Amino acid sequence: MQPAFDIHLEQETLIVRASGPWSRQALSSAPLVPDAMTKQAFDALPNAKAVRFLADDVTDWDSVLLAAFNAVAQKARAAGIPADTSALPGGMGPMLDMALAVPPRDGGGKKEEPGFLETVGAKTLAWPGITKNVVDFVGEVSISLARFFSGRASCSPRDMWNVLRECGVDALPIVTLTSLLLGLILAFVSSMQLKLFGAEIYVASLVGVSMVRVMGPVLTGIVLSGRTGASFAAVIGSMQVNEEVDALTGFGISPTDFLVLPRVLGLAVMTPLLTLYADVAGIAGGFLVGVIMLDISPAAYINNTIQFMTLGYVWTGLLHALVFGFIISLCGCYQGMRCGRNASAVGRATTAAVVNSIVGIIVATSVITIILTVLDL
Amino acid sequence: MIPENSAVSARNVTVAYGSRVIQSDLTFTIRKGDIFIIMGGSGCGKSSLLRVLMGLTPPAKGSVFYGNTDFWGAPEKKREEIMRRTGVMFQSGALWTSRTLAENVALPLEYYTDLSPRDIRALASFKLSLVGLAGFEDFYPSEISGGMKKRAGLARALALDPEVVYFDEPSAGLDPVSAARLDELILQLRDTLGMTVVVVTHELASIFAIASNSVFLDAKTKTMTASGDPHELLRHGPDEVVEFLTRGKGRDRGENQ
Ligand SMILES: Nc1ncnc2c1ncn2[C@@H]1O[C@H](COP(=O)(O)OP(=O)(O)O)[C@@H](O)[C@H]1O
Ligand SMILES: [Mg+2]
Repeated sequence: MQPAFDIHLEQETLIVRASGPWSRQALSSAPLVPDAMTKQAFDALPNAKAVRFLADDVTDWDSVLLAAFNAVAQKARAAGIPADTSALPGGMGPMLDMALAVPPRDGGGKKEEPGFLETVGAKTLAWPGITKNVVDFVGEVSISLARFFSGRASCSPRDMWNVLRECGVDALPIVTLTSLLLGLILAFVSSMQLKLFGAEIYVASLVGVSMVRVMGPVLTGIVLSGRTGASFAAVIGSMQVNEEVDALTGFGISPTDFLVLPRVLGLAVMTPLLTLYADVAGIAGGFLVGVIMLDISPAAYINNTIQFMTLGYVWTGLLHALVFGFIISLCGCYQGMRCGRNASAVGRATTAAVVNSIVGIIVATSVITIILTVLDL
Repeated sequence: MIPENSAVSARNVTVAYGSRVIQSDLTFTIRKGDIFIIMGGSGCGKSSLLRVLMGLTPPAKGSVFYGNTDFWGAPEKKREEIMRRTGVMFQSGALWTSRTLAENVALPLEYYTDLSPRDIRALASFKLSLVGLAGFEDFYPSEISGGMKKRAGLARALALDPEVVYFDEPSAGLDPVSAARLDELILQLRDTLGMTVVVVTHELASIFAIASNSVFLDAKTKTMTASGDPHELLRHGPDEVVEFLTRGKGRDRGENQ
């Protein structure tokens, strides 16, 4: 037996009759039947004044049959045609009536998937809004910072302490490892070229200067983006989901002062400090290569490093670090504060925070380098 | 236009998300000392209205007055000051998950007062005992049940002895005894501290036990269809309100027995 149907008009009443087995199992060998039934019924609807459902010869049924009837009945109702379910056997009638009891929401139903051009257009049009949001956010944080330094904003000392610990002490092992290895790599690669001139000794100053001036800050920035920026976005984002941010606002406590400020301040302090530490670790990595592989004496290596190091390089590196600190904390907090209200939004916010801050770091590095070159520093 | 004894009043308030209007043209007055109920089917916009009243989201149109102050027209400082004098118990509790219950209650006190840590701790313990959570001071929100989270949320809402307290479905998820206790507590708070209480609830037992005034939001017409004392509405109100108040009533009895 196969599921079957019959649709015909009888004195302006559309009779929709199903017969045979109408269950999920039976339909898996005849998957096109329900579709065919609804399509045929839809075509016949304009000529009908009423719809009547019959299912006397149905041997076996489940929701599949009701879903097909429901589709026809909803369509009929939209056209103002009443549906009669009274002749349906068993529990079918009452169940279908239940589904029809509440009319669908206005504008409900399947959302139209926007086309390619529409998506591009919508994303482009969203840009001014996003820019405004970012500017608003940065403005708010600046006001909050000003309030803090004039002693009128209290931020949570506990959050502040947590931030200092989280992006300070807790980040030391990974910063040590990455900068040490970066120092090793720099020393190796540069020695390959410098050997050609017999100038291996300059490996020391090359590693030292590049670590201190730019590589140390960039590496620290990237490590902190992944560690700290991501955690800022995740923590604030899940507070947003859980209405915890609203609860703060509800007490008249500014979430910017309370949640964003300690994080911005914490990173502004810790990024330069961690950078100094990374510089030392990187130089130590270069030192290992120089002394062990290139047979430079320890004293000569240190001498060469110091000889070419200037205070200017150190300040330049610290300037980079400070800027990166702001970029990372602002990206993390911005994404967290603007996070939607569900768990997947937290995931998206975290990803966006990391991507934005890494891009930001690289752009900022080029901008600072260009400015310093133009100013001849 | 704003009555003398008004604590909070809504004037032609429209609640919307973007272009989607949830409720429009709401005008009502919550008098000082009222226990004011916001009723209506689920999804009709009660929580959204509450957010507008308590100052979390601006209304699409209209204004909310605290006393004679137009809340959304006031400068930010004034708004924060008003919000400090209101307490909120959120539908989900919304406790700060990284803090213990005592620290949750203590946070607003630490922020706004210069009390010693000892006094703050004592105050927090007191507020927690008020809601039946004595001994849970050092538990984290993830370590207690949903009903307890709500009660802890109430304790936190009371931290600063607010003048107006908002409750979003306070008794949902509570057992009947705790729900009744909560009703009593709300009445006591009103009577002893003179608080104004605004409650979103479906619980008819609560509505008839505590309400002195109410508003009924209708999902179909997207506006309020009745306001006033629910006991009065039961006798003279529009049909859908009477249905809400009676149909549910029979059901409520059935469930509780
Ligand atoms: N953040 C939001 N964005 C868009 N629509 C929302 C949002 N929150 C609630 N809504 C919609 O607003 C309507 C009212 O929701 P809500 O105020 O939570 O109702 P209630 O509390 O009365 O059950 C619902 O239809 C819901 O889909
Ligand atoms: Mg709600």
